[in-house]
Amino acid sequence: MRLHFVFQEIWIGLRRNLTMTISLIITVAIAMALFGTGMLLKRQVDSSKSYWYDKVNVSIYLCSKNSSNTGCAKKDATEQQRQELTATLQDLPEVSAVEYESKEDAYERFQTLFSNTPGFIAATKEGDIPDSLRVRLKDPSKFTTVISAAENSPGVDQIVNERELLEKLFKILDGLQWAALFLALIQVFAAVLLVGNTVRLSAFNRRRETGIMRLVGASNMYIQLPFILEGAIAGLAGGLIAAVLLVGSKLLLIDTLQESLQFATQLTWTQVIGVIIFSIAVGVLLCAGASFLTLRRYLKI
Amino acid sequence: MINFDNVTKVYPNQNRPSLQHCNVAVEKGEFVFLVGPSGSGKSTFLRLILKEERPTQGHVYVAGKDLNKLTNWKVPHLRRRIGCVFQDFRLLPNKNVFENVAFALEVIGKPRRFISKVVPEVIDLVGLEGKQQRMPDELSGGEQQRVAIARAFVNRPMILLADEPTGNIDPATSIGIMKVLDRINRTGTTVVMATHDAAIVDAFRKRVVELEDGRVVRDQSRGVYGQAY
Repeated sequence: MRLHFVFQEIWIGLRRNLTMTISLIITVAIAMALFGTGMLLKRQVDSSKSYWYDKVNVSIYLCSKNSSNTGCAKKDATEQQRQELTATLQDLPEVSAVEYESKEDAYERFQTLFSNTPGFIAATKEGDIPDSLRVRLKDPSKFTTVISAAENSPGVDQIVNERELLEKLFKILDGLQWAALFLALIQVFAAVLLVGNTVRLSAFNRRRETGIMRLVGASNMYIQLPFILEGAIAGLAGGLIAAVLLVGSKLLLIDTLQESLQFATQLTWTQVIGVIIFSIAVGVLLCAGASFLTLRRYLKI
Repeated sequence: MINFDNVTKVYPNQNRPSLQHCNVAVEKGEFVFLVGPSGSGKSTFLRLILKEERPTQGHVYVAGKDLNKLTNWKVPHLRRRIGCVFQDFRLLPNKNVFENVAFALEVIGKPRRFISKVVPEVIDLVGLEGKQQRMPDELSGGEQQRVAIARAFVNRPMILLADEPTGNIDPATSIGIMKVLDRINRTGTTVVMATHDAAIVDAFRKRVVELEDGRVVRDQSRGVYGQAY
């Protein structure tokens, strides 16, 4: 095998089909960047999901004077009502713990949470935020029993299942991730068709050479290798551009999301590099495989 | 060396066979003219030897091997032992004489030192001394065909197939080409040449196999072109 010869042939092939090669590289780059972004989002969402689902509670807000719920009748929940409710909840087999958050605690938490927006804090005084019972479940999906147990008890203002709120958020992120993967799939389809066309052009351009190669008894691998490597090199170039785009999407998309959504876990660079290597490998194999398959149609052996 | 055993070839979507019940045996070192009008099956005959086509019926043997039994991945090795020359030369226009001849060795993975030793020898053999650096479009038709012969012969094949090698060349130059083929034949290489050129066949007095409508109608040693009776 004379590598010099093979690479010379590849270089000639790529140069002859320059515009085709460029469009192939761009398509592969976009496909792999979308694919990688989808994977990064998935990893981020998966790790945040388990972190947050462990922490979420069902919050049962108790009646207060300024509650709009008619069941509360503009009165604070009594001490007795609260203790009865706590006892009922603790008896439920699904519940692992019940914590009481007083109005003072709630106000303190509010202050730290919104420390960036002093206007909010100034407009709120202690007692505006109702006290609540925070119910931790053994299995977070079994929240319905807790809700039905607490729903009609006296002194209960509102029940908020935090998991449901989180699920809405994760649904949006899931949608984003699937949209990226779906677009990537379309791009992959386009890339495969482009590889096919590039190989056809290449085979046509080099029909004299390949004809002579066949006649003088060059092995099939020798004839096919330049075409396959041509595809692989275009795939690699696309993959490398995708790598740059992926670093960009980690910095601009994922990290921004993380800041604004307070993801508990941060995507490490090791994970990002893993995804990048995987994307490049997929890009190279995709193009090489597609050219190998189309070659059998356009190149008679 | 080449043996056709009752070979019939019918191309797909064609009713008339291109070759029917052909029995021809060519010995090692022979020079054979394959003559006959266009469409009589000469090219099919050559393509069967290269295993570019498979016989519909019968067997083709090359160097004692039944080509029907040759697996596809061994076909390149068969073709390395057969050189080919065509009417249209089939040179690579962007390579010079040396590179065109060297190409045949490069693509079968021969080392560079071997190539730089063997290629000039063959270029001298076909009578193109000093023209190694010329591009094909700077050469006459006869010279281009010499390059093609050099490329076909550079790997020292046991068989040289020539399909109308003088078809695009004027008669005077054709004699020169024939002398080159004769020189190659004298090294022990079997030569099978398909041709229309009566003057050449008559002048060289070699074995003549005549095809008509895919049948062998004459097989004559030291024959002439048009004397079928």
